[in-house]
Amino acid sequence: MSLMQKIITVLMVVAGTMITRFLPFVIFRGEKPTPGYVQYLGRVLPAAVFGMLVIYCLKEVNVLAGNRGIPEWISIAVVIGLHKWKRQMLLSIAGGTICYMILVQYVFA
Amino acid sequence: MKVQSVKKAFTAAVPHTIPIFAGFWFLGLTYGIYMNVSGFSFWYPMWMSLTVFAGSAEFVAVSMLLGEFHPLQALAMTLMINARHLFYGISMLERYRGTGLKKFYLIFGMCDESFSINYTADIPGDVDKGWFMFFVTLLNHIYWFTGATMGGIFGAVIRFNTKGLDFVMTAMFVVIFMEQWMKEKNHIPALVGLGISLCCLFLFGADNFIIPAMLAILGMLTLMKKSIAVGVMG
Repeated sequence: MSLMQKIITVLMVVAGTMITRFLPFVIFRGEKPTPGYVQYLGRVLPAAVFGMLVIYCLKEVNVLAGNRGIPEWISIAVVIGLHKWKRQMLLSIAGGTICYMILVQYVFA
Repeated sequence: MKVQSVKKAFTAAVPHTIPIFAGFWFLGLTYGIYMNVSGFSFWYPMWMSLTVFAGSAEFVAVSMLLGEFHPLQALAMTLMINARHLFYGISMLERYRGTGLKKFYLIFGMCDESFSINYTADIPGDVDKGWFMFFVTLLNHIYWFTGATMGGIFGAVIRFNTKGLDFVMTAMFVVIFMEQWMKEKNHIPALVGLGISLCCLFLFGADNFIIPAMLAILGMLTLMKKSIAVGVMG
């Protein structure tokens, strides 16, 4: 690829990303109230999306081979436990991550 | 007065972005290093992290740049990878309302992490919501940009054992999922998202499950509108 072709490819990635981000705001712009169905989606989608993002993060985990995702399950349990106990976002995230790093670097290395 | 409320919003935003700092520096460095070893100068990760600001699309873009020139394919691929942003936009229609010119930047920088924080954070009543969300987005953007650029510059010499640090993102989304769970009365949407995504992951595999999962989530939530709406609209 020439430099120009590379630049065009990158611009296409920029355009694709921006379309997915701006489209809802372009469709439902202005002071008109958003349709009831879309408002409903706006309320219920986030919870569903957060569920989807958790699965998305774990998509490469193979439960049938290798370490069978055991470091992931243990570390997620640590995150949940810490968060139920103290409900300190940073503590739960740091605790789970450190646990995971120890597991994959030493225990399941 | 104005300057002070902007400062206040900045101070309120910083702690919310600390996990992203760890995650984005790690992922950004990884991305920059990946580009470096793929034969690209640091200008590529630098400009791409600045203009695209969507991690997964940028990783895929590396293989696009290494292949033949197919601009429309690059566009279609990016639309598919980033389709989930459509859901973020629909969820943020009300929240980004009335934020003035900042709105353009808020939408431009609406990656998974900016969206998640801006949607779930309990912004104190005396903090300007528009500026708070602006700084969350800007800080995330800066972390990603600096991480990717440094990875591109020092990619060849950086070697330290960060294995597993990428779990910081998983941990963050688990916490955000829990926060959302504790706030809501009706858990059906959360369970629908989790369950359908898992089913689609098994059916379609890691690389292809997002679009079917999104369609199925949309369909299921639409079908269940009557029974869910009672609990969440009010």
